Formats: sequence, structure tokens, C-alpha cells
Amino acid sequence: MTKGLPTQRWSRAEIAFWLIPIAAFFLFPKYLTLGSQIMIAALFALSLDLILGYARIISLGQAAFFGVGAYTAGLMAKYGWGEPLTGLVVSAAAAALVGLATSFLVVRGEDLTRLMVTMGIGLMLFEAANQAAFITGGVDGLSGVEMRKIFGVFGFGLDGKTAYVYSLIVLFIVFVFVRTLVRSPFGLSLRGIREGERRMPAIGASVPRKLIAAYTVGAAIAGVAGALLAQTTQFVGIDSLGFARSADLMIMLVLGGAGYLYGALIGAAVFMVLQDYLANLDPVYWQFWLGLLLVLIVLFARGGLMGILRALQRRLARR
Amino acid sequence: MLGNLIGVLFDGVAYGSLLFVISIGLSVTMGLMNFVNLAHGAFAMVGGYALVLMMTRFGVPFLAALPVAFVAAAIAGAVLERLLYRRLYRASHLDQVLFSIGLVFMSIAAATKLFGSQQQPVALPAFLRGQVHVLRLDLGSYRLFLIGIVIIITLALTWLIERTRFGAEIRASVDNQQASVGLGINVYRVFSLTFALGSGLAGLGGALGIDVLGLDPTFPLKYMVYFLLVVAVGGAGTIKGPLLAALILGVFDVAGKYYVPQIGAFIIYFVMVAMLLAFPGGVLGKRG
Repeated sequence: MTKGLPTQRWSRAEIAFWLIPIAAFFLFPKYLTLGSQIMIAALFALSLDLILGYARIISLGQAAFFGVGAYTAGLMAKYGWGEPLTGLVVSAAAAALVGLATSFLVVRGEDLTRLMVTMGIGLMLFEAANQAAFITGGVDGLSGVEMRKIFGVFGFGLDGKTAYVYSLIVLFIVFVFVRTLVRSPFGLSLRGIREGERRMPAIGASVPRKLIAAYTVGAAIAGVAGALLAQTTQFVGIDSLGFARSADLMIMLVLGGAGYLYGALIGAAVFMVLQDYLANLDPVYWQFWLGLLLVLIVLFARGGLMGILRALQRRLARR
Repeated sequence: MLGNLIGVLFDGVAYGSLLFVISIGLSVTMGLMNFVNLAHGAFAMVGGYALVLMMTRFGVPFLAALPVAFVAAAIAGAVLERLLYRRLYRASHLDQVLFSIGLVFMSIAAATKLFGSQQQPVALPAFLRGQVHVLRLDLGSYRLFLIGIVIIITLALTWLIERTRFGAEIRASVDNQQASVGLGINVYRVFSLTFALGSGLAGLGGALGIDVLGLDPTFPLKYMVYFLLVVAVGGAGTIKGPLLAALILGVFDVAGKYYVPQIGAFIIYFVMVAMLLAFPGGVLGKRG
């Protein structure tokens, strides 16, 4: 029965990949805060990879779900429920709900319509958060987020150790879930839709239903990422809903390569490290190089970093 | 109250006219090449800065600087089309989106570096400032001037598309590219010319709009939704559709910000999502 499905076994390269963040924990103790930011960005990029890389829905409004997750977690902690794990679950559920509610608008229509509807929903939520300043803090952001210790033992300290390990574990768990999902029959049908949307109904697959499911799961994951950011930084800025976050996310994903899962992780890591380094030098230049990078990727390196790695691998195998 | 309403309508129409001038080029290129171009606003910004530069550095009067804005943006459009856009006509929509976002980022960074991040001022000539009394109503002279220009442009474009040989080639290329090539129409030349024309009009709109929309480096991003909306709602490849869409949009936006300022910013996005869902193929339907 499972003969035709892709293997769920882990290759050596994958295991080696996951050893890197563990090694980084011991090697770069000064960069743990950046490390957990990378983990959160990677989780967020993973959510877009599911939607864009697998379901081929062009979304410019993924920050909407990130923001919903972040505000849910932030508000819960601010008003007394500072337990992190339940906070994550509730935030994921809230983002999934918003995702499900809006998925019906997104699934119909073509690329341009989808792009604009997702962007419109994102902008509407941003405005809502901006207007509802008595709840969200508006442009000043939501402060006073107080987290309890995880399992009552590990507190979020200034050294960033707890935040790093917490983000890494959450990222890994969600990654395993998504990896299993895209290798399941459901994942295969998404791939079928990507390759030939018109033919899928002929083998009995309901295209809208699969897309709605993928979009909702993607929204939930983005919500978890937002909640992680709110919990580890104990602050929610209104930029968590901003258009720039959606656009940056898109760049991370195409930089790493869409449709590989690992591309999302690598792209997020490279993006965050570059941003940390270059944006401190001059934010205007950073934006310029970012734009140039996008143009170059589209013109010359369509598969992103993963595409380049795959091509190298193939060339080595031929020798 | 009634005077108020007419005033809001008038401002909305002037605002919509401006959106139309900027977006019409995008509508034609999207219809012709099926290219999702998010960087269209960058060409409008080029026109705006060209005007400011001509007026402040070289002391060129406002009316004389407008054609310069058109030409500068048209040249920028022609060069980019020839060098970059042309390579991506057959690429996926995703690639086109990423590419044009990249261009937007680069244009914002370049404008910040060259002109600074502040709003650019524009000194309108005396006869365009102040108000005109028409039928006991006070109407802004500049807004009347805008509406007048848009009427002229619309008539000229309609004539170009419907009465000239070039217009016939454009229509043929939108309707059926392969058949047009077969009839000996150089479709790529039609693309290049319309792209340059559309960018030029955007530049003219950007220059005309400094007084209404403002001009700073984030311009291409700030108004991206509006331009895309005009095209998506108006349908690609016609003139009437985008004109109607731009006017509706302008009136709703101005009325929303005037009557319900608390939720004014929502209205535009709400109208956008609602209209996209109600008219997936544009208000007047797609050509062909």
C-alpha cells in the first residue's frame, strides 16, 4: 500500500543538518538571540513553503497569520495566562481559524486575484490592529507580556538559552509534522495540483478542498511562529502584521528555494544573518541589495540555494 | 450637506482621474503580456522626481516640466523592458511578482539615496492654486485642471487605440498573439512601445499627483494596491474599464476618509476584496 509513497526515512544529510543548530548552541553562545530569531523566521518560511511551494498559492499576506498568532500569545500572557505551551496551541488555533475563514476567498480566482486578496486581508488586519490601539497598543506595540517558566522550570532569561532551545524544539516538531504531511498521500495530491491543476479532478481529487486544507495548516504554522516571537521577546510590534514581513518572507523562501522544506530553513538562516550584518551597516543599502538579489534569483537561479545544491549533487553523481 | 457631498464627489473624481492616468499603462501591459508587474508605481515615481528635479534645479515652470516627467519615465520603461522585462514574459506569475518586488525595493533604496526620505514639495503656478466658483460651489482649481487633463488623455488614448493602425495592432496582439504574429505584426515592437507609453503616462501621473498623493521614496509600495486594483477590477486591455474602476475607487476612498475617518483606511481594502470576488474578470469583463 505504501509502495508508491515517498520514504519517511531520514537521510544522513538531513540528520547532519539538524546537528548544526545544536552545535551552534555551544559554539556561539553570544548569538543565541539571533539564533532564536532565525528559528522563528525558519518556521514562518516553512508555513509559506507549504502554501506557495506545494499548493502554489501566491500569497503576499502571510504576515496576517503571523500577527494573529503573535497578538493572541501576547494578549494571553498580558492578561494572566503566561503558560507558553498552551499559548502556542491557542495561537495556532486562532491563526488557523482566520486562515480557514479567509481561505474560501483565496482559493477561488487566479494568481493575480489571490495575490491581491491575500495582500488585502493582510492590510485590513494591519489597519484593524492599528485602530484597536486600546487592545493592541497600536504603533507603540504590545508590552507587558509576562511569560511563565516552561514546565515551571525554564524561565526566559536574558542569556537567551531558553528561547533558543524552545524555538529549536518547536521548529523541529513542526518540521517533522510538515515533512510527514508532504510525503503523505495528501502531500502528493498537492504536488499533483501544482503540476496539473485541471487534471486532478479527473482522478477524483477535490482541488479547492485540498487547497483550503493546505492554506489553513500554513496559517496555523505561521501563527505558531508569531506566538514564538511574542513569547521569546515578550513584546508584539505592529510590524508583525506589516506588508514588509510578508515580502521579506517571500524573499527568504525563494532565496532558499521553494518546495523543498529545507530551502525555507536555509533561506531564512541566510537572510537573517545577512540582514543582521548588512542592515546594521546601512538599511538603505540593505534594501537595494535585497531587491537586486531577488532580480538575480529570478533571472539566473530559479531554484534558489536548494536548486543550486541539487544541481551540484547531480553533477557529482554523474562523475 | 449637499454641497459637501458634491465636494467629496468632485475630489473623489479628481483623485480617481489621477489613479487612472497612472494605472492605464499597467492595464495595457497586463492585458498585452499577461505580466504581473508590481513595479509600475516606480515609473510614476520616476516622473515625479523628474518634475521636482526640473523645477527646483533648473527652474523649469510646472507646465513645461510635465512633458519631461513623461519622457523620463517612458525612457526608463523602454530601457527596463528591453533589458529585463522581456526575458520574463514567458516566466511564471510567481517569478514576475518576485522580479517586480525586487525592482520596487531597488527603486525605493535608490530614491532614498538620491533625494532623501522626506516628502518632496511642489510649487504649483498661481493660476492652479486656490478655488474656482462654479454654480455656487467652490472647486479646487488644481483638481479641475487634473480632471481636464484626464479627459484629454482619455480621448487621445481612445483615438489611438480605436482609430490608428498602431491601435489596431495593440488590439490584435491582446486578442490573439499567435494570429497577430502570423499576420505580420511585430508583437515585440508593439509590446515595447506600449510599455514605454504606459510608463510615460505613469510618470506624468506621478508628476501631476505630487500635490494630491505626495512624493517620497515609498511611493511605489504605498500606492501599489491602488494601481493593481484599478487593473484587476477594471479588466485588462480596455480603457473604459480601468477608467470606471479608478473613478469608483477614488470616490470611495475620498468619501470613506471624509465621512468615517476612523475606518477610512479599511474601506479601500474592503471594496477591493469585495469587487475582486464579485467581478473576477473585471467590471466590464475581459476583452476577447
